Amino acid sequence: MTANPAADIAGAIRRGEKTASGVLEEHLARVQAREPEIHAFNLVLEENARDTAAQIDAAVARGVDPGPLAGVPIALKDNLCTRGVPTTCSSRMLAGWRPPYDATVVARVTAAGAVAIGKTNLDEFAMGSSTENSAFGPTRNPLDPSRVPGGSSGGSAAAVAAGFAPLALGSDTGGSIRQPAALCGVVGTKPTYGVVSRYGLVAFASSLDQIGPFARSVGDAALLFDVIAGHDPADSTSLAGAPPVASAALEHGVDGLRVGLVTELVGAEGLSGEVVAGTRAAAEALASAGAKVEEVSVPATVYGLSAYYLIAPAEASSNLSRYDGVRYGHRATGAADITDMYIASRSEGFGPEVKRRIMLGTYALSAGYYDAYYGQAQKVRTLIIRDFEVAYQSFDVLLSPTAPGTAFPLGAKTADPLLMYLNDVCTIPSNLAGHPAMSVPWGAGADGLPLGVQVLAPALGETVMFQVAATLERLAPAAGRKVES
Amino acid sequence: MATPISTADVAHVARLARLALSDEELDQFTGQLAAVLAHAADIEALDTAGVPPTAHALPIHNVLRDDVVVAGVDREEVLAQAPAAESGRFRVPRILGEAP
Amino acid sequence: MSRSEWEMVIGLEVHTELRTATKLFCGCANHFGDEPNTNVCPVCLGLPGSLPVLNRTAVEYAIRIGTALHCTVQPSLFHRKNYFYPDMPKDYQISQYDVPINADGWLALPDGRRVGIERAHIEEDTGKSTHVGESGRIHGADHSLVDYNRAGVPLVEIVGRPDLRSGDDARIYVDELRAILVATGASDGKMEEGSLRVDANVSVRPRGAADLGTRCEIKNMNSLRSLGRAIEYEATRQITLLEEGGTVSQETRHWDEGTGRTSTMRSKEDAYDYRYFPEPDLVPIVPSEEWIRAVADALPPMPGDRRSAVAAAAKLAPDADPVVTVVRLDLDSLLHAAVAAGADGGLAVKRLANEVASSLERAAVLDPVAFATVVQMESRSALTPAQARTVLKDLLEGGGDPAAIAKAHGFEAMASDALADAVDQVIAENPGEWERFAGGEDKVQGFLIGKIKAATGGNADLKEASALLRGRRS
Ligand SMILES: [Mg+2]
Ligand SMILES: [Zn+2]
Repeated sequence: MTANPAADIAGAIRRGEKTASGVLEEHLARVQAREPEIHAFNLVLEENARDTAAQIDAAVARGVDPGPLAGVPIALKDNLCTRGVPTTCSSRMLAGWRPPYDATVVARVTAAGAVAIGKTNLDEFAMGSSTENSAFGPTRNPLDPSRVPGGSSGGSAAAVAAGFAPLALGSDTGGSIRQPAALCGVVGTKPTYGVVSRYGLVAFASSLDQIGPFARSVGDAALLFDVIAGHDPADSTSLAGAPPVASAALEHGVDGLRVGLVTELVGAEGLSGEVVAGTRAAAEALASAGAKVEEVSVPATVYGLSAYYLIAPAEASSNLSRYDGVRYGHRATGAADITDMYIASRSEGFGPEVKRRIMLGTYALSAGYYDAYYGQAQKVRTLIIRDFEVAYQSFDVLLSPTAPGTAFPLGAKTADPLLMYLNDVCTIPSNLAGHPAMSVPWGAGADGLPLGVQVLAPALGETVMFQVAATLERLAPAAGRKVES
Repeated sequence: MATPISTADVAHVARLARLALSDEELDQFTGQLAAVLAHAADIEALDTAGVPPTAHALPIHNVLRDDVVVAGVDREEVLAQAPAAESGRFRVPRILGEAP
Repeated sequence: MSRSEWEMVIGLEVHTELRTATKLFCGCANHFGDEPNTNVCPVCLGLPGSLPVLNRTAVEYAIRIGTALHCTVQPSLFHRKNYFYPDMPKDYQISQYDVPINADGWLALPDGRRVGIERAHIEEDTGKSTHVGESGRIHGADHSLVDYNRAGVPLVEIVGRPDLRSGDDARIYVDELRAILVATGASDGKMEEGSLRVDANVSVRPRGAADLGTRCEIKNMNSLRSLGRAIEYEATRQITLLEEGGTVSQETRHWDEGTGRTSTMRSKEDAYDYRYFPEPDLVPIVPSEEWIRAVADALPPMPGDRRSAVAAAAKLAPDADPVVTVVRLDLDSLLHAAVAAGADGGLAVKRLANEVASSLERAAVLDPVAFATVVQMESRSALTPAQARTVLKDLLEGGGDPAAIAKAHGFEAMASDALADAVDQVIAENPGEWERFAGGEDKVQGFLIGKIKAATGGNADLKEASALLRGRRS
């Protein structure tokens, strides 16, 4: 494997040195070898992918440039709508549903020449941090199949870590790209809210959801980011104007940049010692590369988890109302009337974590509780945004751990939802603020499994965020286990 | 702090959300929701007087589209995805009450 | 207590569909009567992953309505109103809640009374269910079929304050509101096709009481007539209940046109909790001052202003029947053209409200100058009223020159001295009747006028003839 496999593949295919079909077969061979053990995919799109690869090869043969992702296999989280191709959100509720349209990101990567290789597993409706809440069974971490890959985009992270595809798309509502990236030893990016269109992303919590890239390198993540970023008139929350360019300053280093290590996130509830130590080491490495590194307090981030677990379920409770068995998806049989049909269909179709969040969110919005819970959480959101604003007056980027520890064993946290929710403690604040953040691999824990460090930036600060991430990548200590040979 | 969530509250919320819970689930969910809400006691206790709520992290407004017809989706394609359809429409079990 | 000791308090909520080309949040056609589920897309079907984008014209129409109702047009938000129902594709309705685009206005009834408008907000319409079974109605149906062509059609909901006091008031209010909505161009105001829907909040209280009684919301009235009937029925029901020592419970009631009664729509334990919260998929609307001003400047005159103008021209009250009729039938431009050409306003309004109104389909081709000429001829007694009506009728049917038409009919108006001669002749020929009339017996005037009419072959101006008769009395 090379440093930037996706960029290298696209380059070789555009130059005619490799064929998309050949590249695809290499990846399908890896899928065939390890997918039964890993279960990264809900659906492998062998035939569609072969057709697409052949079209790309034909285009190259005609002298037509297929685009910056020419022939690069890409794994798509199974909450991204794909026209005519089942899109399940890993829920029984949507089993068999074939959307009549493509998500904007799917259309963009396809137009850029990528080859969709499969739909990846996730926690049902993206609710979870381990990919164990899938109606179709858990995904396992390719670096240690007894461990989880993180979640909710665990299938996408695992697909990239296992070499099933050099690129994947995930969605991140509270850390669902960054945490599995950290646990699988890959790069994962959550863009600024509004930079990547949400059209065709099955909503979890609309004001927090963003789609972003997984890659084996910062450079590849930047390549994919630059393809998917940009205004979409189909998404009212999509930002107008040219998006930031992730690949603009990857080689620039960090000399003179101001980097703040976030006190509250380094000291957050439940972090392992090696995670904290790794993050401090990353900060020191940036300092030795010329950055001005200081600790900075962003006080309101300590309230992030509480605010998130009211806002996200509240929005989810409403977003998931439409799964009622009328127009698509699962319908229970034998109901006497419409209300019975709703109740039976939803009770059969949703798994326990989804039900838990729907009830939590319904409660937070219900008469008499709105002000205390949902309303208060939205005010906390304002406080977090204000505190970040203050920090960014003195710093270009901020640094924190990504996840509380390395990948944990399957089943370790399933009995205690709150313990599971604590996985997101460092990643949530960026979603609440709408800011970009990314996880970069940084060495390994005592168990040999990867650790990640998180780079946070202000809204539309992707260029400098990727610049710092690229530097961290160059400075990172050797990883522990690597899956590819 | 608000009074802890009760099984009656959870049952009410389940009804609002059109979910059926067994007695066992009801007890289990009540305990779990209570734990999450207890964690949220930190923000409940926060003095946020004068702080405006944030519904959208982005300061954008007036996103409008021109009033121009665009082709929709094919009826047969959509109805093929429906659990039940009849005469070009979505078929549902009998409705007991008028819309609110 | 007798009925007259009770006072009815009525506030109306009127939903009007907007006449946009497309739906509120997607590019599907906003068109009534198409094959079911042919104007649908991922957005208005609530498919997973779809997102709403707001229609600029719908916002502009809402601003027109707010401006016409003297509301403050303000920055606003959308909320989600959550409830499960099969005609609601997302199982929530996108609507405006605590910050509507239009707030705090008023509507003037034709008699000048003002009815407060609390708000006029934007929201999306639902789909439509057909109930299959013997009854064809919701109760007793075997199953239902849902069509989403109407789902997502833009609505403005106009919430009036409880300033109305009778079923008649309510009808007059809706009639006026409908005229205003049509005048703005935002709505076609068709109650029969369901593009205008009215719900009524009705309560009663002892006359003179300051507090409001418990109200019931009445739904399912599909004409102005049923609105008035439903309100009167409901008020009587509440009064009877209270007089028998009962209490009114706040609920939604369904009007049944067939039985002429209202009945409870749902049991209380099924009370709704809509869990409103700001719609995260849409951003706020902040209309600029310039936009609001441009919309206001482009609005045509509203019916009330037009009635005032007609009333001034005709020297009548603004709610006088002919004034109301002329404006309702859009005949006021003819009036103003006729007055500008020198015609008498009062007479012109009379002719418009009667003769022109009764052949309305021809009114569009009526030449205002020719119409003015007929009115002028009648004013200066060159034509009698009967002759003027005949000339006008011909003019409506085939156009032409009024003088030529009059001549062709042989309508030579009598010179004043010829009429005076005729009057004297009739007095001489009917001395007995004349004695009685001269003695103050007014009812004989009809007899004498009849004789004058006969003596002049119908060409006499009867008004002038009676003036002459009375003049000779003293
Ligand atoms: Mg409404
Ligand atoms: Zn549509």
